[in-house]
Parts: sequence; structure tokens; C-alpha cells
Amino acid sequence: MTTTTPQPLADHGAGHGAHGNHNLTGFIIFLCSESVIFLAFFSGYALLKLSALNWLPDGVEGLEWRTPLINTVVLVSSSGTIVLAEHFKAKEKIWLFRAFWLLTMAMGSYFLYGQALEWSGLQFGFTSGTFGGTFYLLTGFHGLHVATGILLMGIMLIKSFLPGNYVGGEQGVQATSLFWHFVDVIWIVLFLLIYVWQG
Amino acid sequence: MTTTPSLHEDQPQLSWTRYLGFSTDAKVIGIQYIVLAFFFFLIGGFLAMIIRGELLTPPADLVDRTVYNGLYTMHGTIMLFLFIFPVLNGLNNLLIPTMIGAPDMAFPRLNTAAFWLVPVFGFLLIASFFVPGGPAYSGWWSYPPVSIQNPLGHLISGQSLWLLAVALSGVSSIMGAINFVTTILRMRAPGMSLFRMPVFCWTALAAQSLQLIGLPALTGGAVMLLFDLTVGTSFYRPEGGGDPVLYQHFFWFYSHPAVYVIILPVFGVFSELFPVYSRKPLFGYVYVCLASFIIVGLGLIVWVHHMFPSGVTMWMRNLFMFTTMLIAVPTGVKVFAWLGTLWRGKIQLTTPMLFCLGGLINFVFAGITGIMLATVPIDIHVSNTYFVVGHFHYVIYGAAVMGIFAAIYHWFPKFTGRMPYEGLGKLHFVLTFIGANLNFLPMHPLGLMGMPRRVSSYDPEFAFWNVLASLGAFLLGVSIIPFLLNMISSWARGPKATHNPWNAIGLEWLLPSPPPVENFEEHVPTVISRPYGYGTGLPLVEHQAEIERQLILQEASA
Repeated sequence: MTTTTPQPLADHGAGHGAHGNHNLTGFIIFLCSESVIFLAFFSGYALLKLSALNWLPDGVEGLEWRTPLINTVVLVSSSGTIVLAEHFKAKEKIWLFRAFWLLTMAMGSYFLYGQALEWSGLQFGFTSGTFGGTFYLLTGFHGLHVATGILLMGIMLIKSFLPGNYVGGEQGVQATSLFWHFVDVIWIVLFLLIYVWQG
Repeated sequence: MTTTPSLHEDQPQLSWTRYLGFSTDAKVIGIQYIVLAFFFFLIGGFLAMIIRGELLTPPADLVDRTVYNGLYTMHGTIMLFLFIFPVLNGLNNLLIPTMIGAPDMAFPRLNTAAFWLVPVFGFLLIASFFVPGGPAYSGWWSYPPVSIQNPLGHLISGQSLWLLAVALSGVSSIMGAINFVTTILRMRAPGMSLFRMPVFCWTALAAQSLQLIGLPALTGGAVMLLFDLTVGTSFYRPEGGGDPVLYQHFFWFYSHPAVYVIILPVFGVFSELFPVYSRKPLFGYVYVCLASFIIVGLGLIVWVHHMFPSGVTMWMRNLFMFTTMLIAVPTGVKVFAWLGTLWRGKIQLTTPMLFCLGGLINFVFAGITGIMLATVPIDIHVSNTYFVVGHFHYVIYGAAVMGIFAAIYHWFPKFTGRMPYEGLGKLHFVLTFIGANLNFLPMHPLGLMGMPRRVSSYDPEFAFWNVLASLGAFLLGVSIIPFLLNMISSWARGPKATHNPWNAIGLEWLLPSPPPVENFEEHVPTVISRPYGYGTGLPLVEHQAEIERQLILQEASA
């Protein structure tokens, strides 16, 4: 955590932007808020599905679940590798941190690749009724978050090579890691809703 | 410009041009928010004048019917997203850091970005008047199927610009809410526990929590609407299996709590001002604080009362009728706390106090019609009539806008260093109070008689009450003139304000007027008692006498 609790502006000369370190607090509040948008999409999905007369468009049998399951395993394990990365950072083994951080990024990228692969093989588009619309909305919006997570990790990785890199900025790594767990949890719910609940 | 007496003699003279550019100073951003909000208030008010002008006579003779649809849609949208929310964020920016003794907001640059989004989406919304097909015309709630019609087929239509503006407004509000909540939770003065925090900060915390919980749902719903409108998805299109009522759920899940986002800070203003101007401690401080969060909790589970006639099941109607009526309890706690504060107080009828009292009267009236509307059989009867229009204008204009005026008159000296003129202020109050009641009271009989909202022509039997309402509206239009005159002239050359012209208790009143850029800087006083110690003689902070003596000496030498 932060080393100094923000005594009312210890270093006045730095002016704005130096008012203590509340980034993590702010980020957690943001994540709570962001989860509501997924909650809205999930409940919309459930409502539309429950009230639908013909949920699947003509000619669509259902969703194949093998690729998504592999994707799920990869994404869930990447939550483990990011924890390991953080662990090594706390032990000041910076190279191991970087290795596991990069591994997490690679697993995230693999997830996106798998998602793209799945999309390209589907016979329905986003205008194929509410089924197609909600499917692409949910997976697309989640994929956007995965991409954002990878981008954040990339920034943090570059920062680790800068001199004096994380001085006062450790919260960036923590926040990215939190975001990654968030993306992971959302995916598990999404997987259950879309792929498991097909009946 | 004004000279700035402050603890720090070396502080450079601040030019007024700082209000025109990108600033990260919460006090500058606060004033930017308020001034910009009033610019949009004039536009939204002008639209209201045209609407009431049209309704002066039964036939649709002033504007075309399709133009009329755009007028009331834009009036509602501008007043909510470009006036009320920005003006409240302005007050939050000015008051939260100074009240809790913080130098600035937790994330000053985020604050700047949140503010500058306002002119961006404001521009988008106003620009929609000039695109082919005119502005959005589906009402401020934009229900499908009307809102997913795109007869001209252009990608850029009034409706798509409307959705874009609302989405950006959501982003801006979320950025602001993260900032306000973090600031309140993490940056309070030493000794200021949550139960020593001014009620305004409690209500701001409650309101901003609602923004964080509710707004994403509206944003999600609006994104889906935008897809339906532009790329042909069918989330809300029945012919593709979609459900238009789903949108209503998303919309009201946010937009009902939005009413509390608006009224809670105004409750905060009432709770701040009644003790000052009746010279008594706030009655039931702890209960007033907690009631804000009970309102948050209940406010999130009442939204279906907007949808009683939309085909929801009976058990849902009953459940939401019950929760809606429960809200009257915490709200009643607050009203009785204010009455208890006023009871046998030494009441001073200053301009801000008059606005508070007027706002309270209007609010109680709106609360009573609110209970009526919560009752399913009455609601189904008067839904979509002028009764509803009258009810929410009593809340929004009668209570919230009057509370905002009270706040502006009360804290004007603190943040400008000048005193507003009492005479013009009282004239403003009289015109506003009479105008608002004359405008919105006749809407209730109109609604009960069955006049639907959103029509530009009506049966001649409704003419009498409509003429009264229009006269009230024109009076409200006139009422803004003394306000603007007062603000401009007193800011330019009003009498100098001392650090505490109202003899109020609070950290912000232990700062010079106007406060220096970083408020207390490193000399944040330690809070040793609850706020509102009027008549008790208890100091609020350590070394209070000394701090005040220094401020008085400074004012004498300036």
C-alpha cells in the first residue's frame, strides 16, 4: 500500500496532482460502478431470453462450447499468474514479475484470439434477433474490457523499465490486477449465462 | 478585479481569465460549472416560454406540432443534463473541499476533464436543432418505439445526437462522482469523523453513490437503443423479438434515482441553512445524515412506479407502490428535523432563508402529490397527464431550483468575496415563489380533468388553468432578470464580504473570502465537535478564536 498517508498536503510546492494517493480508492469505486453496466446487460439478456418465443434464429442449433471453455480456462488461470506476478513484485524480484506479467498478457491475448476465432465461425450476426444482438453485445463488451486490461498491463510493463518506475505509482499495478480479476469474474458469469444456460 | 485578502500575502493576484481556460482548481471549476449551467438554463427556459406560449390558447397556433415535440423533449433534456446536474456539480466542487478542509478534489485533472465534457455534449445537443429532421422528439425519456424511428435514414439524426449527448453526460457524471466520493471518504480534516461532517457532504455522498450505481444502467440501455437506431439490432424491437419495456426498466432504474441525485444535495442545503438562519443546532443531526442513505437504498427499488400502465404484473405494481410510499418515511424524518430546527428559533428572513422556506413548502406539496401518484389506481388514472407534470415541476423547480438559488445566495460571498444585494434577492424570491406556484399548481386540476401532457392543442374547457399556468411561466421568465442583475453587479462591485457574513459555523467560514487556491493548505484545523453548534458556544475546531482573530485582522488591514 502507500507508504505515506496523505497528511494534508505535506509537499505544497508540487501543487495540484500531488494531493496524496487516492488512485486505488477511486479505481475501486470505478469498478463497482462499471459492474452495474454488466449487471444491466446480464439482466436484459435474462429477461429477453425468458420472454422469447423463438430464442434461437432459424438454422442455429445453439452455441458450440469447446473453444469458449478453453478460453475460460486460460482466462481464469491468468488471474492466477497475475497474482504470482504481484507476489514477485512484492519480493522485489523484478524479472520474475515481468515474466509472469508478460505471461498474463499473452494469456489475455490468446483469449481475444479465441474469441475472434469463435466469432468468425458463427452463422449469425448481431442483427439476428435478440439472440444475436445480446450475444455480440455481451461478448464484445467483455472483449473490449480484456483488450483494455492488456493495454493497461502493457503500460505497467513499460513503466517497470523506467528509472524510479513505481515510486509512488505502485497503485497502478494493483489497480491493473484488480481490473483483471474483475474481467475474469465477469467472464465466468457471462460463460454461465450464455454457454451453459442454453436450454 | 477583486483584491484577495488571504493568509498568504505572497499569493499572486488571480485574473478572471482563469475562468475561461482549463483549470484544475476545484473552486474555479465550480464557478465554471455554475455559470455554464445558467447559460443552458436560459436556453431551456426559453424553450419553456415557447411551450407555455403555445399552450396559452387551445389550438396549435404558435409552432408546428412536430416542432412542439422537439421543444418539450429538448426542454427536459437541457434542464436535467445541462442545467441541474452541472449546477449541482458546481456546488459540490465549491463546497465539498472547503467544508471538509481539503485543498482540492482527490483527482483534479479528472475533475477538469469531467467539466469540459459538459460544453462538448451541450454543443452536440444544441447542434441537433440544426440537423435534418430537427432535434429528438420522443420526450426526455426517449421510449422506443418512437425513439428508434429514423424516417430520414441519416446516421446523424436528432435522436442519435441526443443519445450520444446523454452517454457523454453519463461519462462526465461518473467521473465527477468518483472524484466526489473519493474526496469525501479520504480527504476530511483531522478530527472530522463521518458524524462530524456537514450534512451537505452527507447528502452529496449519498447522491453521488446513486450516480455510481444508477448511471451505468442508463448508459447500457442507451447504448442498446443507439444500436437499435443505427445498426439495426432488435433489443427493443418487438418484430425482432425485442422488448420495448426493457428500455423503460433501464431508463427508470437510473432516472428515478436521478431525482434523488437532484433533491438530496438540496436537502443538504436546507440542513445547512436552516440552522444558520434560525440560530439553533440542526434538530436530529444523526437521523438526517442516516435518512440520506435510507433514501438511497429505497430510491433504488422504486423505479417501476413510472411503469404502472406499461403492462407490468400486479405483484410488481403492489410491491413498488409499497416501496415508493416507504420513501416518505426518511423524507418525513428530514422535514420534521427542519421544522424542529425552525421551532422557536431566531428566524432571520434573509434571501437564502426565504428561498429555503419557499423550497420547503413546495417540497412538502410535491411530496403529497408524490404519495398520490404512488397509489396504483390514482396513478393509472392520471398517468401521462398534467398532474404528473405539475408534480415533478414542484420537485425540480419548486424545491430543487429554489434550494440551489438559496445555496448560491448563501455561499456567494464566500467564493466571490462580494455580498449579493438583498433587495434584488428578495424581489427574485417573490417572483420565483409566486411564479412557480402560479405555473405549476394549475397543472394539477388540469391533470385531474384529463389533459394529457405533450400535446400542443387542447380542449377549450382546459383554457382557464392553462392561461394561469402560462402567466406563471412568464413570471418565472421575468424572475431570472433580477437574479442575473444581482449576480453580475454584486460580483463586479458589490460590498466586500467578510470571512463570515452570516455568522455561520463550518470550516468554509474559517477561510478568507474568497478562499486561497489551496484552502487551508497545510494549516487544516482539527475539528473537535459536531457541526451546527449554534447557540451552544462550543467551538468547532481547535484554536478557533485565534483563527478568527487572524482573519479579522487581515480584513481590517486589507
